[in-house]
Amino acid sequence: MGAIIRTATAGTFESSDAYVEVGPGRGSIDLSLESVVEQQFGEAIRRAVREVLSECGCDDIEIRIVDRGALDCVIKARVEAAVRRGGMN
Amino acid sequence: MRRSLLFIPGNAPALLINGNYLGADSIIFDLEDAVSPDEKDAARILVRNTLRHMDYRGTGTIVRINSIDTGYWKADVDEVLKHAPDLIMLPKAGCKEDIDVAEAYLSEAEERLGIEQGGVGIIALIETAQGIERAYDIAGASARVKALLLGAEDLTADLKCARTKEGREIEYARARLVTAARAAGIDVYDTPFTDVEDDEGMRLDAMVAKALGFDGKSAISPRHLAAINEVFSPSLTELDYAYEVMDAIRKAAEQGTGVVALRGKMIDAPIVSRAKQTIAMAEELGIGR
Repeated sequence: MGAIIRTATAGTFESSDAYVEVGPGRGSIDLSLESVVEQQFGEAIRRAVREVLSECGCDDIEIRIVDRGALDCVIKARVEAAVRRGGMN
Repeated sequence: MRRSLLFIPGNAPALLINGNYLGADSIIFDLEDAVSPDEKDAARILVRNTLRHMDYRGTGTIVRINSIDTGYWKADVDEVLKHAPDLIMLPKAGCKEDIDVAEAYLSEAEERLGIEQGGVGIIALIETAQGIERAYDIAGASARVKALLLGAEDLTADLKCARTKEGREIEYARARLVTAARAAGIDVYDTPFTDVEDDEGMRLDAMVAKALGFDGKSAISPRHLAAINEVFSPSLTELDYAYEVMDAIRKAAEQGTGVVALRGKMIDAPIVSRAKQTIAMAEELGIGR
């Protein structure tokens, strides 16, 4: 598994999209989520994010997500793009 | 059947996820002009995920990759190929060798990814003077090449002329592409009409393209799709005539008559062929008898 090297972002604040910001963590996954559908789908979104991080081999990251009603596949794409941009060691 | 092909920016989730409901026969996920260089990476991941997870049944899927003279196109192919778009659109196809380069990489990627060899077709975007002049070579360069599409904006820049709504500056290019595609036995689609607000101008432009022999027309706005679909569907008059032709042929065969005439005109092989095409298209659209 690996750690994020640098701060990076992906996505936008537009409707149906998600804005994702990643940076170096403190030895674990530190995930914060702001979503218009937090009540209904917050857990599912967190699960989707962790799935992507696991696929990317990342377990040391600070990640902030602002969700604007994005579908799972969009959130996952934005997380993957941000992680790739952040680089890992 | 592709009467209408809608370009959708590859980094626009709201449009991508609704691609199936916009009314296009095919949607073109655009990784090229609609995506800025610093967003290419995010767009190709987004398009890949969308192809993987969304249900586009009933709508064809095409991915416009970046051109082979950029550093992006191989990554585009690697990302989307496994998720089975119907076609890969190759921009700025200028000669047979461009198709050879794309073909070789697609084959290599298919082998590497363990997917069917030759499974994905190419739609060659012809948008340079060289591409127009070599359209027949491009159309016949590989069995993967399934269609040509005219890109008039880049073409007119290359021709050093203004792009007008009337389109006289692209008359030759249109006719040349239709002829090249027909000679090679593949489909051919017209350039988008770029004035989103001008519905009447768009309809006239689509009618010109249909009259020249194009199979369909591309669009940059969902607003144009209904008119394009209508123009490229058989009209009731065309359909009635097609059925009359087939009836006349059937009756002549029953009576053992050699020459068949309808409304005072001889029915020959090309007329029968067109009638069959019209009926086949109507049946596909669910408007046949």
